[in-house]
Amino acid sequence: MDILRFATAGSVDDGKSTLIGRLLFDSKAIFEDQLEAVERTSRDRGTEYTDLSLLTDGLRAEREQGITIDVAYRYFATPRRKFIIADTPGHIQYTRNMVTGASTADLAIILIDARKGVLEQSRRHAFLTSLLRVPHLVLAVNKMDLVDYSEERFEEIREEFSAFASKLNVGDLTFIPISALNGDNVVSRSENMPWYLGTSLLHHLENVHIASDRNLTDVRFPVQYVIRPQRATDHAFHDYRGYAGQVAGGVLKPGDEVVHLPSGLTTRISSIDTYDGPVEEAFAPMSVTLRFEDDIDISRGDMIARPNNQPQAAQELEAMVCWMTDIRKLTPRSKLTIKHTTRTARALVRDLHYRLDVNTLHRDEEATSLSLNEIGRVSLRVTQPLFVDDYSRNRLTGGFILIDEATNSTVGAGMILDAS
Amino acid sequence: MLQRDYTTSQLDVLEAEAIHIMREVAAEFERPCLLFSGGKDSIVMLRIAEKAFWPAPIPFPLMHVDTGHNFDEVIEFRDRRSAELGARLIVASVQDSIDQGRVVEETGRRASRNRLQTTTLLDAIEEHAFDAVFGGARRDEEKARAKERVFSFRDEFGQWDPKNQRPELWNLYNARIRKGEHIRVFPLSNWTELDVWDYIRREGIEIPSIYFAHTRKVFERDGMLLPDADVVQRGDDEPLFEAVVRYRTVGDMTCTGAVQSTAATVEEIIEEIAATRITERGATRADDRSSEAAMEDRKREGYF
Repeated sequence: MDILRFATAGSVDDGKSTLIGRLLFDSKAIFEDQLEAVERTSRDRGTEYTDLSLLTDGLRAEREQGITIDVAYRYFATPRRKFIIADTPGHIQYTRNMVTGASTADLAIILIDARKGVLEQSRRHAFLTSLLRVPHLVLAVNKMDLVDYSEERFEEIREEFSAFASKLNVGDLTFIPISALNGDNVVSRSENMPWYLGTSLLHHLENVHIASDRNLTDVRFPVQYVIRPQRATDHAFHDYRGYAGQVAGGVLKPGDEVVHLPSGLTTRISSIDTYDGPVEEAFAPMSVTLRFEDDIDISRGDMIARPNNQPQAAQELEAMVCWMTDIRKLTPRSKLTIKHTTRTARALVRDLHYRLDVNTLHRDEEATSLSLNEIGRVSLRVTQPLFVDDYSRNRLTGGFILIDEATNSTVGAGMILDAS
Repeated sequence: MLQRDYTTSQLDVLEAEAIHIMREVAAEFERPCLLFSGGKDSIVMLRIAEKAFWPAPIPFPLMHVDTGHNFDEVIEFRDRRSAELGARLIVASVQDSIDQGRVVEETGRRASRNRLQTTTLLDAIEEHAFDAVFGGARRDEEKARAKERVFSFRDEFGQWDPKNQRPELWNLYNARIRKGEHIRVFPLSNWTELDVWDYIRREGIEIPSIYFAHTRKVFERDGMLLPDADVVQRGDDEPLFEAVVRYRTVGDMTCTGAVQSTAATVEEIIEEIAATRITERGATRADDRSSEAAMEDRKREGYF
């Protein structure tokens, strides 16, 4: 059994909570005491139906204001897969939450109300999904029961959305007509839409192939921690020196020739160690410890790659940045801390090229700053080289966060373009 | 040659993520510690710590906030396991906090030291100048926890502000703090109760005996089975009876209920949990039943 992480985007009006509630309920991930608590609260508030959004809106302020503030993580499993849902609020103020939820997602579900069709919000969600390079996108056309399960309506929406999506980088796009309320095409195929020949949503989630979404080509191993057990009671380990980290790309094997960055020195992997014994190969997302044939000075923040396939060592970066704070704006000359893989440095914003309107994709080249929830293209200069790839090639070596040096808040998320 | 399928099982993914989180903390903080209660989640967390730094010893101490109302079996397990690992165990005592006048003991039938633990925990973090504290909490446990970060920032009062959390993207964690502040770190955030048990089975990890079915004198309160013990105040209208029970969670005797069960092995426990229709905290924790936002309120104050 493997794990599929997916993000859901849409508002309560689109039936997102109802859909999640149904997936959780039908997979027996909602428990009786949780359902009773939700039913009790719904009753107390005079709601006629059981408001399943109460399951995910866990914070007091959310329940008081009837809004979703933050990303909520929910879990369920079927015999085929474990699922982690990053449930992100659909409201415009919370772009940063969608970006956060999408950053680790294998798949995103965007909900559309069949009566309303493709809205500005749907376009925004699709754009963010493509910006964050979520490999699989499902457009769930909901409330089909309210349009008489009309194939024509579904096809209209499909065409409109496809036209928009063709302007984006969407890898795999699937359209599914559903009724979350009635359960049509959610867990099993609906008899109300015989014209639909695809699979149910859950069947799609269970079977979509994700193993090859990881980068298994470019060896990237950011060194995270040096293990030197000098205090070890076992003298066999007295001279042990291992380099621990989580594989970010490619497949590593003992005997492989590798290059150490920033030194550029080459050596071979002598062993890939784990607590459970040495392994014959390591790939993302495994956490392992590497040992090398030669004694090289290696520390946290360094990178292991292949001599003929190296990331760019860059001090000048081009990136799309999503700004995530209202405590300050991003402007040219802003100085920030940047964390990329296991390396932390300081960054200077050299230029803001444009601000992107996430609804129209219009580029505002007159923009002089980015505010909360705005996205723009920037040039950064960094105090020491970062070992980067295009975000489109590897999300782990192409993504970074920006930290405000006065408050230590995480204020921005960046995706590297044109690594050179 | 067949293309190899690089599918990774759910437990391997969760373990790799937790190891990554632990190594980040060890690399970026000066003085981390790991909260070890002898409960199943902290036991799993301890195994992850062993794996993350092997063959080196775990590079931080363990700490237990001891209410004095814990089960003997669990305290015995806690001491033995720490000794086996050669780890330094710090015991922060709620009794000491009471004796020093830092907190006042609750009175009455429902008296519990649960809430008092927060003061003891925060005092200990300050005394030892810990800047990162590992906890075994999982997001599937409770809805306030469902929104908490893996690296969860606490201000100098130890408070959690759920509306002002740091965004967390990819596998990048922001470890920046000022003096006096700290980060609570939850490496098991993405694990479910069933994942924890599957992992205990796969790894063959020892757990305290009270997780398995045994005969115990109990009484019923609010639909929960509480144990017969000196520290639990029982009314005359709450008769004792013998039952075959086990614990799904391990906390204070005063607020942790047993469930009727005959599950005597990890396999049987997994079968039981896979079929159960009630959450572990709903079934067994009086502390979460006090209000809709009971956990959120305690967390804001600095609770685990």
